[in-house]
Amino acid sequence: MKLSSGTIRLIIPAASLVLLLAAVFYMQPRAMSYTGLNLLFNLAVPIALATIAQMLIMSVNDLDLSMGTFVSFCACVSATFLQSSPALGILIFLGAIATYALIGVVIYVRDLPSIVVTLGMSFVWGGIAVLILPSPGGTAPTWARWLMTAKPPLVPMAIVASILIAAVTHYIVMRSSFGVLMRGVGGNDRSVERAGWSVLGLRAATYALAGFFAVLAGIALVGLTTSADANIALRYTLLSIAGVILGGGQFVGGKVSPIGAVIGALTLTLAGSFLSFMRISPDWQIGAQGAILIVVLALRLALNRLEKREKSQ
Amino acid sequence: MTIRTMLAASVAFACLCAPALADTSSKKIALSNNYAGNSWRQAMLTSWDKITKEAVSKGVVAAADPFTTAENQATEQAAQIQNMILQGYDAIVINAASPTALNGAIKEACDAGITVVSFDGVVTEPCAWRIAVDFKAMGESQIDYLAKKLPKGGNLLEIRGLAGVSVDDEIHAGIAAGVAKNSQFKIVGSVNGDWAQDVAQRAVAGILPSLPEVAAVVTQGGDGYGAAQAFAAAKRPTPTIVMGNREDELVWWKGQKDKDGYETMSVSIAPGVSTLAFWVAQQILDGKEVKKDLVVPFLRIDQANLEENLKNTQKGGVANVEYSLEDAQKVIDAK
Repeated sequence: MKLSSGTIRLIIPAASLVLLLAAVFYMQPRAMSYTGLNLLFNLAVPIALATIAQMLIMSVNDLDLSMGTFVSFCACVSATFLQSSPALGILIFLGAIATYALIGVVIYVRDLPSIVVTLGMSFVWGGIAVLILPSPGGTAPTWARWLMTAKPPLVPMAIVASILIAAVTHYIVMRSSFGVLMRGVGGNDRSVERAGWSVLGLRAATYALAGFFAVLAGIALVGLTTSADANIALRYTLLSIAGVILGGGQFVGGKVSPIGAVIGALTLTLAGSFLSFMRISPDWQIGAQGAILIVVLALRLALNRLEKREKSQ
Repeated sequence: MTIRTMLAASVAFACLCAPALADTSSKKIALSNNYAGNSWRQAMLTSWDKITKEAVSKGVVAAADPFTTAENQATEQAAQIQNMILQGYDAIVINAASPTALNGAIKEACDAGITVVSFDGVVTEPCAWRIAVDFKAMGESQIDYLAKKLPKGGNLLEIRGLAGVSVDDEIHAGIAAGVAKNSQFKIVGSVNGDWAQDVAQRAVAGILPSLPEVAAVVTQGGDGYGAAQAFAAAKRPTPTIVMGNREDELVWWKGQKDKDGYETMSVSIAPGVSTLAFWVAQQILDGKEVKKDLVVPFLRIDQANLEENLKNTQKGGVANVEYSLEDAQKVIDAK
């Protein structure tokens, strides 16, 4: 049986997740239970959503450096407006998504580097977040809290949510015609344009969709933490990029994998738990986290070479 | 009342009366710390290490492991706390990155039957214990001291901490309350020193030219030495600068005191408060009734005990007090 290159690219992240999970279960058998799995993975749900958002942006060859502050901003809105006056909260979110679409348009029309624009926007989102919540606080909407702490039978919520996110985004990105066009823009936007499609419209839609998933990440995060602060999700910028790369995505060429991105987010979360179970001193933890990343990426590079050699034969 | 309920009630009563019935020698306590990047936090971790190692070797508890998150982020610390639940700790002592953003994880811990004690950076989740410093009183005590030293009053320069952090708000509120009470004082300028000498020096140097004569500087700790340097560089007379127990501040104060009898006071929270939190957690595991909100006194240094405190302070460190089990029991019993 011949495996497609997409499947091969998925094998490495999936294998590293299984390996890490086995190591965690070995060190901490307590984790091998319904509650244990939920505790291990529930904070990965908002990270997975943010990773999907970042993956969408990366599929059109851009990079979003404002992901962390934007999710923080969404968390602040969720813990304040969305809770007290849902209509206003939804309106703010729609405005934020529209802003994302606008950013996508501006970057394309003015031919600006996306990292510069989004880096600038990160200060805007951060500033608004501080204005909304000058000191930590707010309350999670009851439904968000209910959703994130729900206890479905047999499989914990964190796993159900991850599978759902992976399935839905896999359909959008890999199966729908919009997804094909979007990845086409990343691969070769000129040919997409020649075929009669509006690259401008596609980029705007991609950015808006990314904004939508980032909003979901903010709501999910508040559902877990019960309240927000303006700096709550700053790590998500780098985590989301690392998650996409870890999951088999690439910076250019529209080569992305939604299932891989979700697996990447889970792996990153698990790596943190793994290191803490190993009792590695905090001074070394960042380094160790980096080492795990490098090992996985090196494996992938080796596999890419193998793939190329097979093609040339 | 039937005999059975009477019996049950008397058994319950007996349990309440006899303290230290439960044995904590098999219990494990973890420290979840969000940040280790300054002298105060380093002193806090050293104190924890010293006191808990002794407690573990004496068999008071089975383990007392410190964990520090690498990036000072609430989401990272929430994950850390959830890992501690899985690792089976009986109590978690927390210095929190955010007063509210960890509440979800802390609720999970409480639901798993774990005792959660927060200190310094306390959390609002009702099921956790809080060992808080009365920062407001700390701010007010500065003005009270100045009112005694400078009965005629005068202009004050206020150096604040890191904007948007609750500790800064509380100390500032205390200072504002003190000034409202003592109308002879007037705050003529206010800058953010971020609890760091270099930032404070730059900020004070920037605002000094626009200020009239300053009688005293009220601070939040970690900024007094920088303020003194800024005044010296501007060739202005040194006002009474309230210090914050840092070693460089105390050394400068000692030098001035020896030179011309300079007088001031110094106040801050002792990093050893982590050891107090440890003993409180141990007492709760021991079955002792402890109220959810405890107040720890701040550490104040005056003209008379300056030398003694300076001697006990490490180079580049902070004046410190470590707590014993007896101290903790005193704090618990204090009304």
